[in-house]
Amino acid sequence: MKVPGVASIARTAALVLLAAFLIWPQRFAPLFVPLTQYGAPPIYDQGNLLTLALAQLGTVCCAALASTVVAVALGILVTRPSGAQFLPLSRTLVNIGQTFPPVAVLAVAVPLVGFGLKPTLIALFAYGLLPIFENTLVGLKTCPPAVLEAASGMGMSARQRLLSVELPLAMPLILEGIRVSLVISVGTATIGSTVAAKGLGEVIIAGLLSNNTAFILQGALVTGLMAVLLYDALTGLERRVCRTVRID
Amino acid sequence: MITIENLTKRYGTTTVVDGVSMHIPRNSLTVIVGTSGSGKSTLLRMVNRLVEPTSGRVLLDGNDTRAEPAHLLRRRIGYAIQGHGLFPHHTVAENIATVPRLMGWDAARIGARVTELLKAFALDPATFAGQFPHQLSGGQQQRVGVARALAAEPQLLLMDEPFGALDPIIRAKAQDDLLDIRRRFGTTIVLVTHDMDEAFRLGDHVAVMSGGRMLQYGPPAELLTRPADPLVSRMTGLADRAMRLLSLSTAGEAALPGTVDGPAVAASASLRDVLSELVWRGVDAACVTDADGTARGHLTVAAILAHGRP
Amino acid sequence: MRADRLGALLSAAGTTALLSLPFVIFKANRIVPGTPHSLGDVLPAWGAIGCYALLLAVSIVALYVTNPRLRLFAALAGVVVVALAVAAAGNALTPAGNKVVRVAPGAGWWIASVCLGLLATDAITRLRPGPALRVLLLAAALGVALLALAHGTFDHLSIMREYAVNAVRFAHEGARHVALAAGSLGAALVAGLPLGILCYRVPRLRAAVLGTLNLIQTIPGIALFGMLMAPLGALAAAVPLAAQLGIRGIGAAPAVVALFLYSLLPIVANTVAGLKRVPRATVDAAQGMGMTDSQVLTRIELPLALPVIITGVRIVLVQNIGMVTVAALIGGGGLGTFVFQGIGQTAIDLVLLGAIPIVVLAFSAAVVLDALAEVMARAPA
Repeated sequence: MKVPGVASIARTAALVLLAAFLIWPQRFAPLFVPLTQYGAPPIYDQGNLLTLALAQLGTVCCAALASTVVAVALGILVTRPSGAQFLPLSRTLVNIGQTFPPVAVLAVAVPLVGFGLKPTLIALFAYGLLPIFENTLVGLKTCPPAVLEAASGMGMSARQRLLSVELPLAMPLILEGIRVSLVISVGTATIGSTVAAKGLGEVIIAGLLSNNTAFILQGALVTGLMAVLLYDALTGLERRVCRTVRID
Repeated sequence: MITIENLTKRYGTTTVVDGVSMHIPRNSLTVIVGTSGSGKSTLLRMVNRLVEPTSGRVLLDGNDTRAEPAHLLRRRIGYAIQGHGLFPHHTVAENIATVPRLMGWDAARIGARVTELLKAFALDPATFAGQFPHQLSGGQQQRVGVARALAAEPQLLLMDEPFGALDPIIRAKAQDDLLDIRRRFGTTIVLVTHDMDEAFRLGDHVAVMSGGRMLQYGPPAELLTRPADPLVSRMTGLADRAMRLLSLSTAGEAALPGTVDGPAVAASASLRDVLSELVWRGVDAACVTDADGTARGHLTVAAILAHGRP
Repeated sequence: MRADRLGALLSAAGTTALLSLPFVIFKANRIVPGTPHSLGDVLPAWGAIGCYALLLAVSIVALYVTNPRLRLFAALAGVVVVALAVAAAGNALTPAGNKVVRVAPGAGWWIASVCLGLLATDAITRLRPGPALRVLLLAAALGVALLALAHGTFDHLSIMREYAVNAVRFAHEGARHVALAAGSLGAALVAGLPLGILCYRVPRLRAAVLGTLNLIQTIPGIALFGMLMAPLGALAAAVPLAAQLGIRGIGAAPAVVALFLYSLLPIVANTVAGLKRVPRATVDAAQGMGMTDSQVLTRIELPLALPVIITGVRIVLVQNIGMVTVAALIGGGGLGTFVFQGIGQTAIDLVLLGAIPIVVLAFSAAVVLDALAEVMARAPA
């Protein structure tokens, strides 16, 4: 049997710890008591932590799915001959767009669609587009010319070439874009709590408002762990894909 | 098999291929040779419509190639290029199976064909079928590239500088393999190269291109004995044209009746090699023998030298 | 003659927005819902017709002219026209001396402006300006905008009304925003450069350091702020000197520490990447001529690695300017204060008063540092 490495032990430990804390938060109460003052509750009591975590994960995944579909479609569109006139602008827009702080996108969405889940979803979707779109562009534009030439020369239609050659070759980069996008999304979704979207930011904000360091810390720890685990999972997926898609 | 009629390609105001007409017979190996920018690759790519001509047309067995969608046409024509263009995310077997899959062959037929081709190219199916291109050597990658081009049993194989990326020893081997493959499958081959030695070594017809125009098209000996243009003789080389001419005929073809005392040379050896052998040994004549050792005739230095003149 | 596809898309979107969506929203005061007005409602007939005629001309250029200089000129003319039109609408709708009514640009104006901006961006991209010209263009655009603001051209628009109310705080929070972003960058440079050099020299250290920094980058901003509040609070409570230095659980201290930690990854990673890029032969030659290790580092390796390090600084500065916004949530101050206040009061003008300068700051930093990196990469060090 293979001996598990440090990374996989740490990964499993983090996952178990996160699950345990979300399912039985009260068991961890003694750890947080020293951080509270005047008998304030040591564990967040205005909502179920597990529900909040799942709600945030759901928001992030929904937005990421939508951004992925749209960004990859746009990336394909502007790299086809018919979309070539949009290519220079798209590249510049991606660069400019990424100088916008995600919080600003969130803040501007609120007045447009009101409070709640909607502005958060819009901000996550819009901002999440950029890294995925950028990487799709790079991935599709850097396919080796000889491979593309061979594909056309053997009689693949434009569609077959895209589906069975270009997209598979661009996949590692597209996945990397999705990973970057997801990590930013988890952070932005946390701030989404300031506009009344359900999520773990609620715990941190409640802690800030009631001056309860225990709330702040548990909100922060759960969010941080979630982000790191998500990042780790996507990195693993990329490695697996990279193993079959090698460009020498 | 292929008839090219007045084919022209312009990009803006530059004319890359200028009114080329030629007929390529079935089962021939035609080499299009020229310097870079001569339009030779563009001409080849207009045959399978990777480049659409500005004017003129290409007939394949009498049918205009524009009669069917370009991608369907290309599936019937093999295509191998410099740097092989293998799909890095597919295994060797999957790479070879590309066109048969596009054409909807059943799995058993595809499997059989892949195995047959791997064996024909001296690649052990058990070892290589499941490997990825980056695990192969340059020469192996190139062989897989040609095998892939032949997978769907095309009547016609187009090759664009197929051996350009190989080092000299592997290239010589690949050229021998190609002649062997041609004998085995009877495929008509059109090959583009900038290497005149390669053109003379492989081609039974050679077309010389320069500046988009076809200077001369004919059997290699004709290029030497009756060059149509001073540029053709410059490209084929003036200094060693006699030796080049000798290399085009074999001892068997030139053998005189009767036997003499002297070293034995194979009927398949080129006159150039026989002459070299005679000079080396300091003798005047050699016996020409078949592969099984039976005498076929003889050659003298004077007789050989006569073949080196137009 | 074939129409430019991008021009067609932008013209169609801009025209549709101007004709079907409100150009400005008029509110009797800050709280009541507003009433929409079109361009024709608020400008005198000759003004509205003039505007439409000019924008039509811009559309024609966008559709049929391929010269990027002309396209840029037309797009900029369009931007000026819609900016002046919205200013004029503000003046026309505001009764003299009234400081209660709010005139805000409507969706039609925003979309038309974005379309014109995209047209200008596309033209600039096609012109491929060099680094100096790009910085010059940015400076000119900022200069014109600031002049117009100082002149009071837009004073009757709602966002400038918010500014007038918050002018003193705006200057203070703006300065604080820049100080937080630049200060944490400075600290990261002081610590990150030596760490980067060390990581380059000791490959065994590299994976561990970069892995850890990568992990920190993954933690969302607000979560990292939160995690730092507890230990910093404890430190302040335990060490009076720390408290005297201004270290507390809330406020600027956790923000600066978190931004510093975030900034380390790009600086360290780019220092390593920049040093790796230095040709081995160059270093050999320098050593062969008798340079000491530190001479090789300061005279050969670091100058050659500089463009890549500058790229790291660009990443950090842009990232920090955005991240400081979140610091407002934990009392760190900065322009984010207006953003979150605006969210709390559902006052979009207040949100924009915070958000627009943040975006302008981040964008300017990106343009200037990109240009710098390009110049450095070009000039033989």
